[in-house]
Amino acid sequence: MTPYSSARRDTTTVQRQQGADVWELLRDLKQGNDKTMDSYDAPELTPRQDASSRLKDFFIGATPLQKRLESVRKQTSFIPTPPRRKIPQGSQLQEDVDPQKFAVLLHKQWTLYSLTPLYKFSYTDFKEYSKLLTAFIAAEKKKGLAVEVGDDFNIKVVFSTLMGVKGTERDPEAFLVQILSKSQLPSEHKEGKVLWTGWFCCVFGDSLLETVSEDFTCLPLFLANGAETNTAIIGTWFQKTFDCYFRPLAISSFNLSWMAAMWTACKMDHYMATTEFLWSVPCSPHSLDISYAIHPEDAKALWDNVHKTPGEVTQEEVDLFMDCLYSHFHRHFKIHLSATRLVRVSTSVASAHTDGKIKILCPKYLIGVLAYLTELAVFQIE
Amino acid sequence: GPIKTSQNKEKHLKTVENVAWKNGLAPEGIDILLSVALSGKFGIAVNTRIFKCMIPATLISEDSVVKAVSWLCAGKCSGSTKVLFYRWLVAMFDFIDHKEQINLLYGFFFASLQDDALVKLKILVLFQGMQPHLQALLSLYKFFVPTLISVSLPMKKKIYFKNSENLWQTALLALRSRNQGFPSEPLQLMLANVYPIKRKWNSHSIIPVLNSCNYSKESRKKRMNLSDYFSSNGSFPLEQLKSFPQLLQNIHCLELPSQMGAVLNSSLLLHYINCVRDESVLLRLYHWLSQTLQEECIWYKVNNYDHGKEFANFLDTILRAECFLQVRFCLFPTYITTSFSFSFLCSFLYKSLPLWDGLCCRSQFLQLVSWIPFSSFSDGCIVVITVVLKKVSYTLAHQSFSEIPNNFLLYIISSFSWEIVRTFANMDLHVMVSYCRETTLGGSMNSVSELIHYVGWLSTTAVRLESNRTFLLHFILDFYEKVCDIYINYNLPLVVLFPPGVFYPVLLSLDSSILNQLCYIMDRYEAFSPFLYHNSILTKSEFSFSSKTYQEFNQYLTAMVGCLWTSKPFQKGLYIDPEVLGNASVAEYKKSLNLVHHPAFLSYTVSFLLQGKKWNWYLDYLFSEGLHGLKHFIRSSIHRSSVP
Repeated sequence: MTPYSSARRDTTTVQRQQGADVWELLRDLKQGNDKTMDSYDAPELTPRQDASSRLKDFFIGATPLQKRLESVRKQTSFIPTPPRRKIPQGSQLQEDVDPQKFAVLLHKQWTLYSLTPLYKFSYTDFKEYSKLLTAFIAAEKKKGLAVEVGDDFNIKVVFSTLMGVKGTERDPEAFLVQILSKSQLPSEHKEGKVLWTGWFCCVFGDSLLETVSEDFTCLPLFLANGAETNTAIIGTWFQKTFDCYFRPLAISSFNLSWMAAMWTACKMDHYMATTEFLWSVPCSPHSLDISYAIHPEDAKALWDNVHKTPGEVTQEEVDLFMDCLYSHFHRHFKIHLSATRLVRVSTSVASAHTDGKIKILCPKYLIGVLAYLTELAVFQIE
Repeated sequence: GPIKTSQNKEKHLKTVENVAWKNGLAPEGIDILLSVALSGKFGIAVNTRIFKCMIPATLISEDSVVKAVSWLCAGKCSGSTKVLFYRWLVAMFDFIDHKEQINLLYGFFFASLQDDALVKLKILVLFQGMQPHLQALLSLYKFFVPTLISVSLPMKKKIYFKNSENLWQTALLALRSRNQGFPSEPLQLMLANVYPIKRKWNSHSIIPVLNSCNYSKESRKKRMNLSDYFSSNGSFPLEQLKSFPQLLQNIHCLELPSQMGAVLNSSLLLHYINCVRDESVLLRLYHWLSQTLQEECIWYKVNNYDHGKEFANFLDTILRAECFLQVRFCLFPTYITTSFSFSFLCSFLYKSLPLWDGLCCRSQFLQLVSWIPFSSFSDGCIVVITVVLKKVSYTLAHQSFSEIPNNFLLYIISSFSWEIVRTFANMDLHVMVSYCRETTLGGSMNSVSELIHYVGWLSTTAVRLESNRTFLLHFILDFYEKVCDIYINYNLPLVVLFPPGVFYPVLLSLDSSILNQLCYIMDRYEAFSPFLYHNSILTKSEFSFSSKTYQEFNQYLTAMVGCLWTSKPFQKGLYIDPEVLGNASVAEYKKSLNLVHHPAFLSYTVSFLLQGKKWNWYLDYLFSEGLHGLKHFIRSSIHRSSVP
């Protein structure tokens, strides 16, 4: 069977059948491939890890600020490139997890933000916060009229902790904020439908935790689902109240390829979705998108051939994995995908878009996905 | 008839509106419109339209405002027109050319507001009861003029207002960009690097408003009274902080802003954070600054010109604050100031410089770079400077040099040479040596030598442009004094000579101290270069001393001996710009360049002659005048066979 291409107005879709060309893929792998430098992600100055790590021994900070500055000083690279990362293992969730709360986090599209540490945030003041934030939102929506805290509004903001969404014991507890509409009819049950959801988390955020004092709570990753105006209002309130800073977290195609590799490497009992990549060709007036779908088992087979180090993913493996896909595509369509830009990756574990949108599908690997996102968020705020 | 008049009126109004929204109105136009609107000739609808289009193209004359106030006193216009006038006045306040007379009118403004608004407010309260928005207004009045509000305000928890929006803001912004001749539509570029653009959450300014209400703190002190809050039970609200004595009196109980970034707009608070020992204050500021810098910078890249202006203004604010802190730092050195400046600068520069095009916000960027304190040697710092110099020189190369202000180049030379000197002076020898012994030596050596070459290149250009060179040459030679000792002081086996464009002007300089400095440097090079040369042949190291450098060095040495001693200044085949010689006022240079006739030494010759001593003593006389560099140079490079 040969891959077929269906061209829409400006989209080329390549659909692959299970088992169809896995051998072809593997053959491409063995033949080696024409490596084209991905100019988009190539750092202008190559960092020298060994030199900076040696130098860091000379600076041993004492206070959080000094540590913070130290981490800046060490940072000679422009792109986070740990040479290797762990493959997400099965469920690392702790016992006291409420599965219902968890369901809220899955199968929704979240917009990612990085968030600097919250100043004087307290988990015990959730009630107070929800009152204040409710009033704040009401004031913003009333356009000019002042409102008083404690008044009855037709919305309600609820704060609650997300037990277990953390990597280590040191990670602060994740928490969830929801805007609920209140039903106008008193006879109906009080809590209405969810208008907006956002959550704050930190999974394996050790590097950041070291650099702040106890007045701060580090939850570097913020995920929002709902109208952007609501995100803006709530973000503003958090910024004003806890002196923090939200920034949209984009995912570069470099990091998307890492996600593609790491998520393909995850062991799955059954696959829920095809593995799909989307490349974008910047051209005028409309950009051309190339979508490339592979059966997840084919992708896994390719990965298993590329993969050498057990339990870990290395940069070389990521590059090789992507290069195989590129050369295979080139064989059939004579298009160098390496010259285009990877903008979306979807797997059975999760899907991510370069705009900073993510959807998590598999509860088993939730923590693993969040760990990588936390890493990216921490890099952005450092 | 009346119909025709109203049609005419509509037509004229339309014309005025079109002109106003497109180009803004001249001061005379605004003067006329103000009088028309406040004279009560037309109804509210027309007046509102007039006010909405009163957008100044340049300035508003103070006289028009004073005239408008006298119209208000005449009482011909309605209340809502009055309110609109006040809103307009507040929005346009910065456009008024003088403010002396307006300052005298404040009493009137307040009286008028009390009359109209406050009375209405009190009546409303009486009739409608304490509604939150009325209560909030009253509490605001009470805050500013406590004597006027006798109503007792009930227990207060927290009241929110929506951020007020400026009716004229967008029109003013659009007008400004149009009048400056920039396209209002940003050019649509296909950028490979597209970041999601967050619509600004607070559209007013990048720097947050100074606001002392810290909700989280407040929520802890539950059941707090509004009057308690304002009558400073222990803490001093920032809004009331106006003077330095006030700051000193209340420094122990000052409430910090809820968003630390707000301190950038207040020099008083900068004083405060300069001496505060609370690290969380600096961490908050650090986080806010580093994020804002990066985010605004990205916006600048993908968005339009307005953002660029805004970003440049923001950088200016930071630079002002930084400048302020640096001055303070010289007076009261504290650890914290240095950390503050270092931290945000470095992380921002590391991340943004690779993307910088070398042009936008150049002066701000260069100033930022020159302020990186190189208190500890790091590879990153060298990389940053090299990148900056490269980018600057690339963009310079594409322009004709005459377009670039001389002082700009001077500024680069002086600031960078100082920075580099400081870098070397502060390098930890131990770190450096162990660093260079490793296999990565090449990279570091390369970047150091590249850096020196760039400074040399820039120096050449600056020397060519600058007419009064003495001061500049001092700077440059100071730099090379450090460079020639790299090996001795830092164990870096590296020899980089000055370029000819620096050497010859120095050699023909009119200033004896500069020539003396040159002699000193050449003597230093000579002291250890033979060793390095042989060493480089032995170790086959490509960096330390190439044969080309050696040739160049010999050429310089011959020229110096020729100019100072043998009166045979320049070898055959070497072309010296007549202008350089003209500057040194030696047209007949063949015989006039030696220790006696060299223009830099003429004054010594004359005073020596006046003393009536023998020529045999001339050299000793020069040495006794403090020209030690010359002394060392002559002793080591010239073997006297006869007396000149």
